Amino acid sequence: MPELIFHQRDGSVRKVDAKSGVSVMQLAIQANIRGIDAECGGACACATCHVYIDESYSDRLPDLTDEESEMLEGVAAERRPNSRLACQVMVDDSMDGMGIEVPDRQF
Amino acid sequence: MSAGTVIIGASHAGVTCAAALREAGYTDRILLVSEEEGIPCHRPPLSKGYMTGAVSADSLPLKSASFYQEDNIDLLTGVKVTAVNPGQKNVVLSNGKIVSYNYLVLATGSKPRPWHGADLPEHVYTLRTVQDASNIARRAASLSGAVVVIGGGYVGLELAATLRTHFKKEVHIVEMAPRLLRRAASAELSEYVAELHKKAGNFLHLSCPVKAINAGHKTTIDVVLHDDTVINAEMVILGTGIVPEQTLAGEAGLACQDGIVVDKFCKTSDEFIFAIGDCSRFPVAHHAQTLRLECVQNAMDQARVAASVIVGEAKEYAAVPWFWSDQLGVKFQTAGIIEDGMTCVVRGEKSSGKYALFHFYSNGRLGAVETINQPALHMLARRLLAAEISPDMQQAGDVQFDLKGLIGK
Repeated sequence: MPELIFHQRDGSVRKVDAKSGVSVMQLAIQANIRGIDAECGGACACATCHVYIDESYSDRLPDLTDEESEMLEGVAAERRPNSRLACQVMVDDSMDGMGIEVPDRQF
Repeated sequence: MSAGTVIIGASHAGVTCAAALREAGYTDRILLVSEEEGIPCHRPPLSKGYMTGAVSADSLPLKSASFYQEDNIDLLTGVKVTAVNPGQKNVVLSNGKIVSYNYLVLATGSKPRPWHGADLPEHVYTLRTVQDASNIARRAASLSGAVVVIGGGYVGLELAATLRTHFKKEVHIVEMAPRLLRRAASAELSEYVAELHKKAGNFLHLSCPVKAINAGHKTTIDVVLHDDTVINAEMVILGTGIVPEQTLAGEAGLACQDGIVVDKFCKTSDEFIFAIGDCSRFPVAHHAQTLRLECVQNAMDQARVAASVIVGEAKEYAAVPWFWSDQLGVKFQTAGIIEDGMTCVVRGEKSSGKYALFHFYSNGRLGAVETINQPALHMLARRLLAAEISPDMQQAGDVQFDLKGLIGK
């Protein structure tokens, strides 16, 4: 079972055991991680589940689709090279230990 | 200790309000009362992803169960509020308890518009709850005949799309107005949506009020149109809109007018009572008339406004309305408010399946943008509208013109 490490806005760190096959957004909602709002519930329509993902894991992440890339242009916090929408990243075993940083705002 | 805040209704608006209160440091009691059983869920997937299985039941909850515990929010499900007493500042619950409040938030939402005709036969459905969605999916999977969707609004059309593409049904969409999406989209967009549905094999019956829904023979239902045409179906879905749930507010003497009337702080005619989401009617900048909106954005943004007032950091409700729809593989997003009499400028090629419709008021100000498979442009449109920055019509129609450059000038 992969373990993901969330860095929350208040500086706290939460380690969460993930089931493969759920999205990072779903995992964050289930684990009650603060600052990942996911207003649209995962429809890739709102850009409020923006996260920064540990760059050393970038080759293990699903490719950025055009849709996600376009939505990332509209995120409220700064867009960085490691910005992703958490609803579009499905968890798998290779992501064990991956760090996920919550940005300072979502809207 | 203060009696705290009671929130009636635990959908997008109610849950967001409770979360926003805690986020802002509110420490008094929060009681969230939900008539529905079970943990509060996202509703948008019910007409699409949940029905096809793409969105599992696990991912429907708005917040996890641990959220309510960690944030010390008392979630009371399967309980109705039977009366609100503004004079005593308390509410009466269906379990007989009386609960006092310091602030009350009405997030009572809406209910499917009642059918005007006689009693409805079996296999006629409305969609509001997870249970409704499960019932529709189960029925759709078991039948071989046609389905009639009455009402060409977004929920009806999303269901029609799901029933066609996932369940492979013969689907008839019956709409009394001359076009689809009469309330929620421009004429230009509704024409495109109609083309998509026709291409997918759905049958459109426009300008067709329904005269009657009758039990047919054994398991079928006859939908009788205004001209006495009869469509024989095995399932009928009423997508005929909703009415705001304002019964409690009305009985409590709060001002209501097709929605619970609130000011720009989501406050009702009682200074300790707020109304947010589908059930509220609110004023809008630049508009003479008040509005009532049925979308997630409105529910969540109003929830944050009410919370800001309760914690003493009042923010006005000034958000740009937006919503989305996914159907037939196309993502539609609208920012702003579509009104009759606006001038429409097309940006991009319709034939490419990726384009946008910019709508201007007669004074040349941008009022709304509908995008088709252009999520980045939608996000940009929201920023332009929020900042009240208007491109001119020629700029809007020129794909070479950099709209982003207008922001920050």
